[in-house]
Amino acid sequence: MKIYGKAWKFGDNVNTDLIIAGKYKLSITDVDELSRHAMEAIMPDFAKKVEKGDILVAGKNFGCGSSREQAPLVLKHLGIGAVIAQSFARIFFRNAINIGLPAVEFRQVNEINEGDLLEIDLVRGSLRNVSSNKLYSIKPIPSELWQILSEGGLVSYVKKYGRLPWQQV
Amino acid sequence: MGKTISEKILSKASGVDAYAGDIVVAEVDGAMIHDGTALLAMQAFQEMGGDRLWRPDRIFIVIDHVAPSATETFSKVHSTMRKFAEKFGAPLYEAGSGVCHQLMVESGLILPGNLIVGADSHTCTYGALGAFATGIGSTEMAAVFLSGKLWFKVPETMRIIIEGCLPPMVLPKDIILKIVGDIGADGATYKAVEFCGSTVKNMDIEGRLTLTNMAVEMGAKTGIIEPDEKTFDFLTTLKCNFKTIIRNDEDAAFSDILRVDVSKLEPQIACPHSVDNVKPVAELEGKEVDQVFLGSCTNGRLSDLRVAAKILKGKSVKKGVRMIVAPASRRVFIQALKEGLIETFLDSGCILCNPGCGPCAGAHQGLLAQGEVCLSTSNRNFKGRMGSQEAEIYLASPATAAATAIEGVITDPRKFLKGVERV
Repeated sequence: MKIYGKAWKFGDNVNTDLIIAGKYKLSITDVDELSRHAMEAIMPDFAKKVEKGDILVAGKNFGCGSSREQAPLVLKHLGIGAVIAQSFARIFFRNAINIGLPAVEFRQVNEINEGDLLEIDLVRGSLRNVSSNKLYSIKPIPSELWQILSEGGLVSYVKKYGRLPWQQV
Repeated sequence: MGKTISEKILSKASGVDAYAGDIVVAEVDGAMIHDGTALLAMQAFQEMGGDRLWRPDRIFIVIDHVAPSATETFSKVHSTMRKFAEKFGAPLYEAGSGVCHQLMVESGLILPGNLIVGADSHTCTYGALGAFATGIGSTEMAAVFLSGKLWFKVPETMRIIIEGCLPPMVLPKDIILKIVGDIGADGATYKAVEFCGSTVKNMDIEGRLTLTNMAVEMGAKTGIIEPDEKTFDFLTTLKCNFKTIIRNDEDAAFSDILRVDVSKLEPQIACPHSVDNVKPVAELEGKEVDQVFLGSCTNGRLSDLRVAAKILKGKSVKKGVRMIVAPASRRVFIQALKEGLIETFLDSGCILCNPGCGPCAGAHQGLLAQGEVCLSTSNRNFKGRMGSQEAEIYLASPATAAATAIEGVITDPRKFLKGVERV
């Protein structure tokens, strides 16, 4: 699974309200419309400017706060190929995997600049910063999660296999 | 090797001899979902081909976030939830019943040793009763609807030993704000936080619920408190006869042990825009507020209303300030009515809202305008959470909230010590 795109950089503790505010989550049910408000509190034009495959790069504790799955969902809907962060809040991390959005822990995010072209190989566990021509290894995604992520999320998994990953064949 | 409470609960639920770091598949004892997360879960359940719920009697569907509905869009969400609950035979808590976490605790169905999941981050609240309770997302909830099972990484436990007698007008909320401020918003990520020590032993269940409610604000997977006689007495009041003790083994391994002395603690306040930006209230005194909110799953319970009413009794909310009071549940509301607290709130000029999440969730009821300042007893002060992104939210205890509403500026509640013998 290879992801290739340009980086959008954010800081530490980007919470779920900043990703998608509660007032929108609780008034808009259409994902298309909801996605237009993604990240707007920190970067008003983000939803307009972001392109398919782009990679969101953040500091520590990305996605802290609410359990709202709309947070990773709007990012995926906008075409974000992966989220790279120094660390993730646990519910966001689970939600991302479950909807098929790669969430990658990476310590040296400060070596990535806004607009850098990145190439992530989730199978080999590598991250290449094409702009600075540096290659890094990334923390592998646990196998239990990989089987969900590689199928594009939990719903796709169930559709394909007719059972949940933890149900016996 | 000995086990922590969390390791024991996850071992029992999974049938595996599990320790911190292991990934297990465990059967849950209960699952909760509300109108903020239900739609995606119902959709995912349908897409997964779900035609029956794992155990309808163990799935709780709550309408509390936009309750009663504020928009036609949400009326449709509620309508879908009602049809879903009826079709599959799961209990539905209608708008006006209360905040999901308060309802779950009041239901008598959360027991020590249980494994509970909820599609809400503050599900960790139930740990005050000795359950392992944690928040999950909507798609995972659909999987629980189907199978009753989910994978869990067994967390390490951070033990927080709280000792000392709380000074007057200093409440459990001040303790948890201080801890979150000290540890930081990611200080306990993926861990179970166990609150213990003499202060917790002496604290009533409502105070304990305030502590565990905010465990997620330091990134924790759950907050948990060893069940004791107080827990069992509380369960008895819910007509639930349960007395199984579950505690850490003597040689259980903890990732961290923190000691907190609260005997000299001052009232605390979390400043915009993060929960860990905590200072003593005294440092913020004089800051003008436009709105005060008393309620939420953190501090909308009876003891919270009692302390606020004691301070407000015979006084008025400052002209130009709106004070919104939303009891956490219908049961809390009725008891507050019987005790005359509601009359005190109305007499002093408060706005009474129906039980629910409204103001805290930022859906309706008291949204803030640009430049406005709100002091809230809830658990999050994220930018834009309660309306405008240009508004400021401060988090504090019910005592600080009442004192602030009277003065119209952030006020140390110890100013009102006279006349309030003990809170």
